[in-house]
Amino acid sequence: MAELRYAEALHSALVEEMRRDESVIVFGEDVGSYGGVFKVTKDLQHEFGRDRVRDTPISEQIIAGLAIGAAMMGLKPVAEIMYVDFLPLCLDQLLNQASVLPFIWGDQIRLPLVLRTQGGAGAGAGAQHSKSLEAMVAHIPGLKIVMPTTPADAKGLLTAAIRDPNPVVFIEHKFLYNTRGSVPEGEHVVEIGKAAIMRPGTDVTIVATSRMVLESLKAAETLAAEGIAAEIIDVRTLRPLDTATIIESVQRTHRCIVVNEGWRFGGYGAELAATIGELAFGYLDAPIARLGALDMPVPYSQPLELATIPNPEKIVIAARNLMR
Amino acid sequence: MQNAPSPEQHALLYRKMKIVRLLEEAIGKLHREGKTRGPIHRCDGQEAVGIGATAMLEREDIVTSSHRGHAHYIGKGVATDRLMAEIMGRATGTCRGRGGHMLVADREAGMLGGCGIVGGALPLAVGQALAFQVQKKANVVVAFYGDGAAQIGACHEALNVAGLWKLPVVFVCEHNEYGLTVPAREQSSVSDIVLRAAGYGMPGEMIDGNDLLAVHAATSRAVQRARRGEGSSLIEAKTYRLLGFSTSDVGGYQPASELAHWASRDPIPRTRSLLVKTMGERHVAALDASAAEEVDAAVAFALASPLPSIDELDAGEYVQGTA
Repeated sequence: MAELRYAEALHSALVEEMRRDESVIVFGEDVGSYGGVFKVTKDLQHEFGRDRVRDTPISEQIIAGLAIGAAMMGLKPVAEIMYVDFLPLCLDQLLNQASVLPFIWGDQIRLPLVLRTQGGAGAGAGAQHSKSLEAMVAHIPGLKIVMPTTPADAKGLLTAAIRDPNPVVFIEHKFLYNTRGSVPEGEHVVEIGKAAIMRPGTDVTIVATSRMVLESLKAAETLAAEGIAAEIIDVRTLRPLDTATIIESVQRTHRCIVVNEGWRFGGYGAELAATIGELAFGYLDAPIARLGALDMPVPYSQPLELATIPNPEKIVIAARNLMR
Repeated sequence: MQNAPSPEQHALLYRKMKIVRLLEEAIGKLHREGKTRGPIHRCDGQEAVGIGATAMLEREDIVTSSHRGHAHYIGKGVATDRLMAEIMGRATGTCRGRGGHMLVADREAGMLGGCGIVGGALPLAVGQALAFQVQKKANVVVAFYGDGAAQIGACHEALNVAGLWKLPVVFVCEHNEYGLTVPAREQSSVSDIVLRAAGYGMPGEMIDGNDLLAVHAATSRAVQRARRGEGSSLIEAKTYRLLGFSTSDVGGYQPASELAHWASRDPIPRTRSLLVKTMGERHVAALDASAAEEVDAAVAFALASPLPSIDELDAGEYVQGTA
């Protein structure tokens, strides 16, 4: 085990997979000589050369198209879209090509590609660099949507994503890059499609994604002091969803909060709540609580920005209300 | 003429053009009989571009197409009967009926593939060419698009990166004068798309797209250049869509004088009269008959083929296994 930052864990997955498999290539904006704005691709171009690690123009549509075209010809592209806010610029390629062709063309092609991106509010980056758009892509069949929270999962899930024969949208969080944690050295694979119980509890299940898992863990500390034992589940893979782990937990705790940083209306939290409502209605002692971002653009000024997203205080209040 | 097909190839290419035309006419008949589903985009009048620009390709070379791709499919070697079966949604189609006429792919033939989003396949073509470059293969991608697709943002991004990285792509713009129902002069800042080649740092050549030999010669030069690692080219083939946008088009916007002008330049009689001079009428009539036989057999094959079973949907949304 090594103590690594989340960004370093992602970097180690890329380096190890590129050494292991020469069909893995990396490209995107500023990923080459600069090493990526979050330094996830640091020194890759130096080690693997300008053929396998390329800076692209600021052209998201071709970044996605390059990944799809190269993947169907036998490469394993790992492309970077710098902010998830820029993902809509290549949505046509994801929605009308990447998700469509493997089914329509059947076993004639495979698309083993990874589109890495990052989202999240709180950094003062403004309305066009702070969103959480996972619901937008989680809606699309044929794509896998992965959001790691811990450094160990960042490495293990990125490795799994690179090896997966399906297109994977891999969404990181700008506030997680500097978080630290133990990460297995050498080959480390975390299966896509499995949620993780981050803290066991008996009174309420909190199902969260990405940075909201850390916020939920903080909330669980406060709740524990009040005698409320919260079980925290990190969804990790938004599509395909590990329904079994979540439902099994709710059947034990009889209460549930879903927490996600994207907009509430039509959001990923809505999908979680609907699934739990369908499959565990008879076990619930209270309505499902759903926390998400306010349905508005992310404002720049700090108090306004922070007020738009869930935080430990809001999660604690939601849990207390459920326990009444 | 340099890069001219041999007399035997010339005859073969004529036969393929004739197959495409007869296929389109057969589709029109099936449509009138209510036997087709959805809009079908026929390429009557544009056969010389698709057939001429694919004639020199190897099987491992790749072609990407548009929503109007029947000549591209036949040119690249997709079997006529399996193509017809795909157009008719049959289990024997190249994509087992999942794609329909706009999303035909045939990996064995190097057709990857059709695209129903105008301009949507251009980024894929550049990605395929990136793979050839990284894998150090001497293969090329021929990417067909129209004057309509030339106006979409994806086209700009694709040509810029292809030019920047000197990728082995031959962009063939089929200028057929219409994007849906609106004439090109009302959609494009320039009347000649080839002018844009300079803006992407690649050579451009404008040709008569209804002249099979001109298409063949220009594309051959561009393909050889790409194989040598010298990068992309843009060919603008001036041609004309003799029919409406699709089988659901009610028409009325293509002036009669314009239609008559282009009908007189129809690439099929043009190529035929050249061949009659070199081969004689009897030999060319035999090519016509054999093309008709192939299309009739393809239609019969498609109509006799089973529809896919809905059990296929049980496979789910993902590919299993490892990459």
